[in-house]
Amino acid sequence: MILGEEDYITEEGEFVVNMGPQHPSTHGVLRLKVWLDGETIKKVEPHLGYIHRSIEKMSESLSYRQYGYLTSRMDYLSAHINNLACALVVEKALQVEVPARAQAIRIIIGELTRIGSHLLWFASAGLDLGGVTPFFYAFREREAINSIMDENCGARLTQNFMVPGGIVYDVRPDFQSRVKEVLKQFKDNFHEYNEILTGNVIFQNRLKDVGILTKEDAIAFGCTGPTARASGLSCDIRKMYPYDGYEKLQFDEVISTGCDSWARYEVRMAEMLQSVRIIEQLIDNIPEGDIVAKTKNVIKLPKGEFYQRVETARGELGVYIVSDGGASPYRCKYRSPNFANLSAIPHIARGYKIGDLIAIMATIDLIIPDIDR
Amino acid sequence: MTKEELKDSFTQIFPAVTFDESGEFLTAIIPSEELLPVMNVLRTKPELYFDYLFCETCVDWKDHLMMVYFLNSRTYNHTLVVKAKITDTINPQIESVFHIWPTAELNEDEIFDLFGVKFLNHPNLRRLFLEEDWVGFPLRKNYVDEHMIEL
Repeated sequence: MILGEEDYITEEGEFVVNMGPQHPSTHGVLRLKVWLDGETIKKVEPHLGYIHRSIEKMSESLSYRQYGYLTSRMDYLSAHINNLACALVVEKALQVEVPARAQAIRIIIGELTRIGSHLLWFASAGLDLGGVTPFFYAFREREAINSIMDENCGARLTQNFMVPGGIVYDVRPDFQSRVKEVLKQFKDNFHEYNEILTGNVIFQNRLKDVGILTKEDAIAFGCTGPTARASGLSCDIRKMYPYDGYEKLQFDEVISTGCDSWARYEVRMAEMLQSVRIIEQLIDNIPEGDIVAKTKNVIKLPKGEFYQRVETARGELGVYIVSDGGASPYRCKYRSPNFANLSAIPHIARGYKIGDLIAIMATIDLIIPDIDR
Repeated sequence: MTKEELKDSFTQIFPAVTFDESGEFLTAIIPSEELLPVMNVLRTKPELYFDYLFCETCVDWKDHLMMVYFLNSRTYNHTLVVKAKITDTINPQIESVFHIWPTAELNEDEIFDLFGVKFLNHPNLRRLFLEEDWVGFPLRKNYVDEHMIEL
């Protein structure tokens, strides 16, 4: 992009800085154009499109078995949960009953994904704010989770495991023992995370009272997920609109009323333990039976409109399908959680120092391919 | 509020509405010129109080464009879909809802970029993903990409 005349110094002391697209703390290719008065942020404007692939347009020429595979390239840390949304919307339209075994495995894999995603957030948040060691701590556990994904789904990052009607393969015989091993490792090491970051005074001071997002603003900007729950907004899709049998499980929706970056940190840390709790309830009770419900080879959805939402690691992902009765979607729209969370950043960041913008970006935890789609 | 009650209150606001109940949510279809006054009432009326716009998009039906707004009330947890029909496909335009729901800003930038719908009174309408000099609007059904190779 060409910098215009307005992009240089506008008044005395006020100047414009481009943060990104190669800035390490933007975790991808987001460019924030920041208007500064000294070190104080006056205005932020996000510029996108560096990784735009038009997944929605591509979906219009793919079948209902194929279109979900693109979504693991959207929010690549929640690949399984994105696939799940695509599978669920087809199941809802065709009124397919998913076998209990598939549902249980889907939840276990989904919650493992959530832990893995939050671990990467923990690692990079520490890194953004100046600590290198948390990165190695968190990646030790994330590596173990990735190995389970590798063994069962055949990929470590862009997994494609959930298909309309169930899951694509059955899990390996040692799945249960491997998951238990990883959970034990995670629980044994969790106190180290608290010691290195949670109890760290420097880290706390970087986050406390920084980036206040009130509950009203969280609703107005459409924030969801841990970002909104840290503002006291109850918005867990797993509780509000349960899917895949989440209604039978015992877990708490983590809500904090702190509204600042520190609250967002605390909510994510507590959510990892809730995910462990969910997996522990299921891991010994995976029912026997089929792994996929029978569907026709060529899936055709009835004419109409379908909307399905799931809770990814970052908030509410919605899939909106308009079907004209054919074998591929007439229109496919992804309501991305990061897109809505991003729209809150210009509002949150105003009035803080440029260094605080890094803390805000770190705790909102954006994944840029999900914004650009 | 149940679907029936929502229908009643919506008819009071705007009598010439058509409803579509085939989907999961109650859908109200209105002409695009009437959008802003109707949305203002939906947001502010105490018993409706739709404070959360969770999805905003557009669908190209070849002879017209359909704006789709998914509204939810965080207080009462009822959901309503409002559709606004834009009949002019050559030069489509509609009022922006940014002043009611700030989350619409980026969503409308995206729709302008990919569908070419012009939003009136939008604070900063720009192409969000594509380059400024990109020709055409990719999500429109009549879009032809000269670089695309048919397999």
